[in-house]
Amino acid sequence: MSGVDPFILNLTVFVLAIFVGYHVVWNVTPALHTPLMAVTNAVSGIIIVGAMLAAGPKQLDVGTVLGLVAVALAAVNVFGGFMVTQRMLEMFKKKGK
Amino acid sequence: MSANSVALAYLVAAILFILTLKGLSSPLTARRGNMFGMVGMAIAVLTTLTLTHNVVYILIAIAAGGSIGALVARRIQMTQMPELVAAMHSLVGLAAVLIAMSAFNNPVAYGIALPGELLHASNRIELFIGTFVGAITFTGSIIAFGKLSGKLSGRPLRFPGQHWVNLGLGIAMVGFGIAFFLHPSWTPFLIMTAIALLLGVLLIVPIGGADMPVVVSMLNSYSGWAAAGIGFTLNNNMLIIAGSLVGSSGAILSYIMCKAMNRAFLNVILGGFGGGEGAAAASDDGVQKTYRSGSADDAAFLMGNADSVIIVPGYGLAVARAQHAINEMSKMLTDKGIKVRYAIHPVAGRMPGHMNVLLAEAEVPYDQVVEMDEINNEFADTDVVLVIGANDVVNPAAKSDPNSPIYGMPILEAHKARTVLVVKRSMATGYAGLDNDLFYMDKTMMIFGDAKKVVEDVIKALQH
Repeated sequence: MSGVDPFILNLTVFVLAIFVGYHVVWNVTPALHTPLMAVTNAVSGIIIVGAMLAAGPKQLDVGTVLGLVAVALAAVNVFGGFMVTQRMLEMFKKKGK
Repeated sequence: MSANSVALAYLVAAILFILTLKGLSSPLTARRGNMFGMVGMAIAVLTTLTLTHNVVYILIAIAAGGSIGALVARRIQMTQMPELVAAMHSLVGLAAVLIAMSAFNNPVAYGIALPGELLHASNRIELFIGTFVGAITFTGSIIAFGKLSGKLSGRPLRFPGQHWVNLGLGIAMVGFGIAFFLHPSWTPFLIMTAIALLLGVLLIVPIGGADMPVVVSMLNSYSGWAAAGIGFTLNNNMLIIAGSLVGSSGAILSYIMCKAMNRAFLNVILGGFGGGEGAAAASDDGVQKTYRSGSADDAAFLMGNADSVIIVPGYGLAVARAQHAINEMSKMLTDKGIKVRYAIHPVAGRMPGHMNVLLAEAEVPYDQVVEMDEINNEFADTDVVLVIGANDVVNPAAKSDPNSPIYGMPILEAHKARTVLVVKRSMATGYAGLDNDLFYMDKTMMIFGDAKKVVEDVIKALQH
């Protein structure tokens, strides 16, 4: 396996993750499709990881500044996404008695 | 942290994200799932923080973006959810573009090029893909946001040769992508990005009206693919896994929405449906059809004496802000021992599941809210159906008239009930611009007026 191109390893992870996503999402109840979309907004905020790596190098230049902007943008999604999902799910709780 | 511990922490976060989506299979487990998601994100962010230098700057950026996100999440109204979601997709798209530019600016720092050498060949392709998907997501979502929030006209905008223009731009974009692959420099990269930004606008502009739920779902999917694309560029499994989960989720929602409208996905993407220009198509047989109209008192009498009532809410209900009133009304009916349920068509709102959230906000118990496939068999045994703010989703022509543009679309079979009450502002047509035979049936009574006003009058009448 040592000679495998990183692209192939990435592709393996990619395809398996799509499989998992496909099966998990079909089980989501239609009543919660809007919270699903809001929470996937938050999850796609994972791009913050890439943004942090872009902002990470020690010397500040155009690249790190772009990275910092991207961090702020992704943070909107992370916080906004999870919090609005929580808010919606609370509504579904109240009458769940 | 060592590369191995980072990879393991990312694995834990990825599993937590999967559990987040899994939790949404029931309202009972959904909140716990959301909590898993937050923990997963915290693990991913803290782990990544150990790999970076400018920790203070990064924390400031997180605080800035995070507080905006938190503020919006608290303030946003549930009717505005589609706009919020569209706006968030655009942020992911823009972030992807910025990261790609940063990576190209300093590829050595990302370990995707050796000092003094050009970017690796495979990374050039990945960078190209990540950038253009991100750019299309960015501008496309801005247009979708504009349409959904009413800042832009919701009508599809079409011009002659549109598809050829898009095709030409697409080919040009790939051309500059190839130029970038052969000789990685800023010029082809920036031109390619600019074309992708333009394409994002042009692809969404011709889609409008009833197709917006599909657009929102599709851009949801794109935002995931953009994140995954950046993951490929940076060889980062965390981004690939989370991006793929989001990408497949959006794709499935797009599929469900298309199926609910009996539309081929490609057809929606090519655009131009639901603009209202078909409004003249109503009743072309030249026969003046007659309908029966009644008052809120009549409606109260009919529902008050029924054994079972099914409410069919459409987006018009939310526009009139009548959700709370309708909940109060159904409580009164339930107290009289009448069985009340809500029938939800998959495209009842402006995004998948939107109507469920709007009803939940008004504290309608979710066990009274039933999806189309489950309730369609029960209309025939139901005394009264109250259609409120909905039109095309109860049009029997979708089942009976092969010439109807919506023929084949799954509908709520309200016409099978013993009595049908329709609350509407006027006899005007719905999104699809079609007349609705349901309104002219002998058992149908039209109640004209604002949805909220009518429901409040029904409540008053029920009190007597």
